[in-house]
Amino acid sequence: MTDSTVSMSESQPGSGSALLLLLKARTFIALILVVLFFSIAAPNFLSAANLVIMSKHVALNAFLAIGMTFVIVSGGIDLSVGSIVGLCGMVAGWLVLHGINPGLGWSIQFNTFEICLIVIAVGVMVGALNAFLITKLNVAPFIATLGTLYIARGSAMLSSDGRTFPNLNGNPEYGSDTFRWIGAGDMLGIPVSIWMLVIVGLGAAYIARRTPLGRYIYAVGGNEKAAGLSGVRVTQIKYFVYMFSGFCAALVGIIIASQLVAAHPATGDTFELNAIAAAVLGGTSMSGGRGRIGGTIVGAFVIGVLSDGLVMMGVSAFWQTVIKGIVIVAAVVIDQAQQRVQARVALQAQAALGK
Amino acid sequence: MNRPAKAHPVGLSIRDGTKVYPGTVALRDVNFDLRMGAVNVLVGENGAGKSTMMKIIAGVERLTSGRLILDGQEVEFRSTDDAARHGIGIVFQELNLFPNLSVAENIFISREKTRFGIDIDKAKQREMTRALMKRLEHDIDPDALVGDLKVGQQQIVEIAKSLAQDARILILDEPTSALSAAEVEILFRVIDDLRASGVGIVYISHRMEELIRVGDYITVLRDGIITGAQSMEGVDIPWIVRHMIGQASKDFAKEIEHDFGPEIFRAEHVTAPNRHGGFDVRDVSFSLRAGEILGIYGLMGAGRSELLECIIGERRGYRGEFFVEGARLTAQGVAGRIARGIGLIPEDRKTDGLVQILSIRENMTLSSLSAFTRGIHMSLKREAETVRDFITRMTVKVASPEHEVSSLSGGNQQKVVISKALMTNPKILLMDEPSRGIDIGAKAEVFRVMRKLAAEGLGIVFVTSDLEEVMSLSDRIIVMSNGRITGEFNRDEATETALVEASAKGHTPDTPAEPVTEDAAR
Repeated sequence: MTDSTVSMSESQPGSGSALLLLLKARTFIALILVVLFFSIAAPNFLSAANLVIMSKHVALNAFLAIGMTFVIVSGGIDLSVGSIVGLCGMVAGWLVLHGINPGLGWSIQFNTFEICLIVIAVGVMVGALNAFLITKLNVAPFIATLGTLYIARGSAMLSSDGRTFPNLNGNPEYGSDTFRWIGAGDMLGIPVSIWMLVIVGLGAAYIARRTPLGRYIYAVGGNEKAAGLSGVRVTQIKYFVYMFSGFCAALVGIIIASQLVAAHPATGDTFELNAIAAAVLGGTSMSGGRGRIGGTIVGAFVIGVLSDGLVMMGVSAFWQTVIKGIVIVAAVVIDQAQQRVQARVALQAQAALGK
Repeated sequence: MNRPAKAHPVGLSIRDGTKVYPGTVALRDVNFDLRMGAVNVLVGENGAGKSTMMKIIAGVERLTSGRLILDGQEVEFRSTDDAARHGIGIVFQELNLFPNLSVAENIFISREKTRFGIDIDKAKQREMTRALMKRLEHDIDPDALVGDLKVGQQQIVEIAKSLAQDARILILDEPTSALSAAEVEILFRVIDDLRASGVGIVYISHRMEELIRVGDYITVLRDGIITGAQSMEGVDIPWIVRHMIGQASKDFAKEIEHDFGPEIFRAEHVTAPNRHGGFDVRDVSFSLRAGEILGIYGLMGAGRSELLECIIGERRGYRGEFFVEGARLTAQGVAGRIARGIGLIPEDRKTDGLVQILSIRENMTLSSLSAFTRGIHMSLKREAETVRDFITRMTVKVASPEHEVSSLSGGNQQKVVISKALMTNPKILLMDEPSRGIDIGAKAEVFRVMRKLAAEGLGIVFVTSDLEEVMSLSDRIIVMSNGRITGEFNRDEATETALVEASAKGHTPDTPAEPVTEDAAR
């Protein structure tokens, strides 16, 4: 899943293309360098236990970043994902603790699977609301999702008056006692959330590269007008990307609630910025039309490994923030260089044809 | 109307002017005299070099070689500001206004009336704007946002902007293209007024009657060369057309004779309203047979592109019906129309035709991905095969189909757009200015492809404002003007003069048969 930053297209001879390959693989190279550095500088960094913990941290951001990548590639932005995480965590917590109470003196209780489905539906619906605002009401994506950011966060606070839903252990009678397993369980020694990330990551990469839907997302982000005139149903594509982003955020909400065995309404604050950072680090262009799922996941790992490694080295949190910022800016600067080299290589090849 | 030459001194002239752009020579050894106190009309086909010449006079571009002489002294304008200081004002064809600013702010942009150089004197600007509008006989509120004005009114604002600079030489590049008959009449009165006060006016237009009516001197350009320059006396439309087209017609496409099939497409009473309360397309009906090439000739803004937008389904809210092979077209939206066998080659390749940052392959197959898809799985192998096949068939010169489409030349980009449309197996191909911005060799190739497709039974509708093109390529020609069909000709009965005349109908202010347009009636 990490190799897709490297171009799969044919390789051309010449120094320009060697440089290009190096630039294209830069996020991957950065990841290797970061891992190498910390394995020397921080003791226990490469221990199995530490790797599992770290990848669990990374997974949360990676989910959001995958959804964010589709949105950014389609030419939009989704600021609401952090709030959706909070809201979905609260919905999950509420359902585990109280079920649904229609006010008739009895309540409906759900098993773990049903709870997950409902929570996912909530996340997808917030995404659909974003898409509705953007396509039908013509609100700019930044503003529309800024609005839903506040709406979702406010709703999460309202659901508990700002309090935490504690002890989400579930009830074996209702079949919801397995809720904890999502965050704490593992299969073949690998945490459940990592398995989920593998499935979602592979699914998203498949959509991006091997389905018409994926191609349309890139086309809409590259030139919405031309895509529309080519018969792409632009509105549907936008609905998909925002709903998918909401879906990813809902998964994160479930996983966090399960891991902490509690749901706090402020969960997920500023997660959207980390997700955007991972996508950009992975080579996603903020102007749309360009980006890869594999690159985004590597980007998420770079950010995650960097912050966890710095913690292990005992670097202050303030310095961590500064370093993260520098890495992101550097990534974009290198990205610009890649674009120039890429255009030059293509033009040279074209010129070699004699027009 | 025409005045003797001696009364008009030469204010500005170009001597041996040559302008070279990368790849093309826009002007070749041009000698042009601009006479003061007179209207100097300039005419020529698209790409003949009219706009380039005016840009040089207005300081937008500079001559590659040659001299620019103003009042007997050689000058060189480094910028539009520089030219404006010498009293040259220009109203561009594409309006250069800020839609988010008010009329007064637009008129005084970068020359704001200020108190102590800081505080903008809004009251003074408003007052001066009102005076200008009075002179132009328009009642436009100085505080209105330019974006809220109709296109005709915006043109007036643009003219007012030049007047506000006290231009001694005023260049009007197709000023009437967006004006209604009544507005044209007012503009002509303003021009008369300016002429009487000694302003030298350059007037560019495609509308022959207008030129003959308003002009004192005429200069005809063809392919960057001046082919005729004289006083307006004795000039008529055939004279202009003769100098515009020349004798040696470029042979675009060798004929492949073939019979037409049955009717494949029909449009009935199509009417499309625009945002300004008028109509872009009015009551247009036509039919197209399989294997037929139907040329739609007309000037910019005649409603040709808008008609195609209705057919492909990009534009909603039109009235009228379309029929494909006799069946009514009920599908809404572009995707549905493409599925029914309609393909569009848009006019503007860059903004409407291609996704610049995607590869050649991805652009080509964008409309026809379903052909490579089973369930949700897309076969990249079959996609690549089809792309290779089309690259060979259309002779697109590419180093690799994986390169960004923006690395191609204009002609090759156009072939990618055409391939994209053809991959959907269309029955009807709509082509909007298919030869725009591509060199002559690529043009001939595109036309050859069009002929071949028609011979294979495709119905082709193509829009152009190039007389030669429409004459040599079409089996039948429809002329549009002001949203209406104003003429229909078979290939053997069409003459250049008749086409030009039909394309100007509804624009000349003194045509009594044409009712006042909706724009003016409001």
